[in-house]
Amino acid sequence: MASTDTTPSPVLEKTTAADVGAGLDALDAVVTQRTPLTTVLRQKALPPLVAVALVLGVWQLAFSLELTDEYKLPSPGMVWAALADLWAQGTLFSIIWTSLWRGLSGFVAAVIIGTPIGLLVAQVKPVRAAIGPILSGLQSLPSVAWVPAAVIWLGVNSSTMYAVILLGAVPSVANGLVAGIDQVPPLLLRSGRTMGATGLARARHVLLPGALPGYLAGLKQGWAFSWRSLMAAELIAASPDLGVGLGRFLENQREFNDMSGVLLGIILILIVGVAIDLLFFSPLERRVLRNRGLLVSNR
Amino acid sequence: MTTALTTSESAASVGVLDRAPAVRISHVHKSFGRPGAATHVLDDITLDVAPGEFVTLLGASGCGKSTLLNLVAGLDKPSAGSIELPGHRPALMFQEHALFPWLTAGKNIELALRLGGTPKAERRAEAERLLDLVRLNGAHGKRVHELSGGMRQRVALARALAQGSDVLLMDEPFAALDAITRDVLHDELTRIWAEQKLTVLFVTHNVREAVRLAQRVVLLSSRPGRVAKEWRIDLPQPRRIESAGVADLSIEITDELRGEIRRHGQH
Ligand SMILES: Nc1ncnc2c1ncn2[C@@H]1O[C@H](COP(=O)(O)OP(=O)(O)O)[C@@H](O)[C@H]1O
Ligand SMILES: [Mg+2]
Repeated sequence: MASTDTTPSPVLEKTTAADVGAGLDALDAVVTQRTPLTTVLRQKALPPLVAVALVLGVWQLAFSLELTDEYKLPSPGMVWAALADLWAQGTLFSIIWTSLWRGLSGFVAAVIIGTPIGLLVAQVKPVRAAIGPILSGLQSLPSVAWVPAAVIWLGVNSSTMYAVILLGAVPSVANGLVAGIDQVPPLLLRSGRTMGATGLARARHVLLPGALPGYLAGLKQGWAFSWRSLMAAELIAASPDLGVGLGRFLENQREFNDMSGVLLGIILILIVGVAIDLLFFSPLERRVLRNRGLLVSNR
Repeated sequence: MTTALTTSESAASVGVLDRAPAVRISHVHKSFGRPGAATHVLDDITLDVAPGEFVTLLGASGCGKSTLLNLVAGLDKPSAGSIELPGHRPALMFQEHALFPWLTAGKNIELALRLGGTPKAERRAEAERLLDLVRLNGAHGKRVHELSGGMRQRVALARALAQGSDVLLMDEPFAALDAITRDVLHDELTRIWAEQKLTVLFVTHNVREAVRLAQRVVLLSSRPGRVAKEWRIDLPQPRRIESAGVADLSIEITDELRGEIRRHGQH
């Protein structure tokens, strides 16, 4: 045996599990850093702004070069004037609100209906076998296809609008929840079971929170489908009872051959759809993913 | 001081127990698959664990250790035989921490308390006490992904203890940790086992770990899983995994384990 001439350190001899454990914890601790706000703004907000500016620039250029007739391609300024007109008439917000209220209340109803359906389909085998394929099929059927049938069944009124929204969003919400539940790791289901989570407690404490990322994706898609199908329904179905929403406004301007108004309608529809996603779904999704450590900050 | 017991001796030693066992596994068989084409995984397993005893179940990969533990945990039913646990539903710890990533460390423990019926007002303090016990005071508000592997397993241990069971089933809980961290957790586990007077059934394929921890090592054979041999270990706790006593017995048990595995290569 080779002997060493270093004297054993008295400190090292007396280390306990607690000391070593504390040291390991300190060494292993995951350091989470939040990127500063200015960096976030520069990396996340600047590029889309630049893109919008670029589109406006190209649009203005196309107008200035007189590529086509003015009544076919008005300038950005003319569309802006159309917006100012609506504002002056005081109808801008009522038009947006008519559609937004319909879209949001229909979406909330779709969530209330779609969630228990999703839970049932995910958890009850015969229900899944029976309804699962129908839900997936409905999801790929554009719900505008229901408008003629809804008009015949329900008449040209709000019920038709809501029917179309529900048919568009309920399958997405339910399928999102089913996908979310299917993705909950079996290990977590087992650990829930060993803790005694059964029945409703299992749904509340294990299945639903575990399925939240997939469910949120379904909600997001459900909103996009609601909004799209609502706009289509408003375009197709005209009745004084329905009031003027964005879709109707768009169709009215077409009838007046007012291209500035048509473009304004398209832009407003786009803005509302994007705004709901940006102000509501994206922050919610980011929060959920960050809490679970599923969001890599520098990506 | 160690004693090797043959299967028949161990059956006799069970009779010596003065209290009813905390876990009684009698003539348990387990097969998977359709009748006819079924694989026989566990074959006539009989094993009693006394209250407060620390038993490690040792065996090669695939010999049915997890299957047996799942049966004891009530996650699956034996094909034949019976498993009796007089107490509370046992707590089970896995190789992966199995903590809920949508909850903080503290809330994971509080959920176990809640499902076990602890009143709301007491949960927070009880969770703090359990975090203290695993030496993670201050980690209550930490997200699971912010913790290191060793810390996650300690939270998982605290959560298992929160279920209020005296019986703790552990399925290779430290297998994914590095050796230094595992060593520390061995010390912590033996301390908590003694302090809390737990009954532990600990599954591992690591011979030294089995000897480091247990009062009794039970070796399972493979395909089908049978109790091959048992050793009672009287070395005082806390033991060092590097110590001569642990090493000597590890060599003996490893030879036995290799013998069991070799039998499968011979036909
Ligand atoms: N649900 C199951 N269905 C079919 N075979 C299984 C199932 N669970 C385990 N087995 C088989 O049983 C054997 C023992 O598995 P397991 O208990 O996980 O082994 P260990 O934990 O000792 O590594 C393996 O051969 C495995 O393939
Ligand atoms: Mg296993």
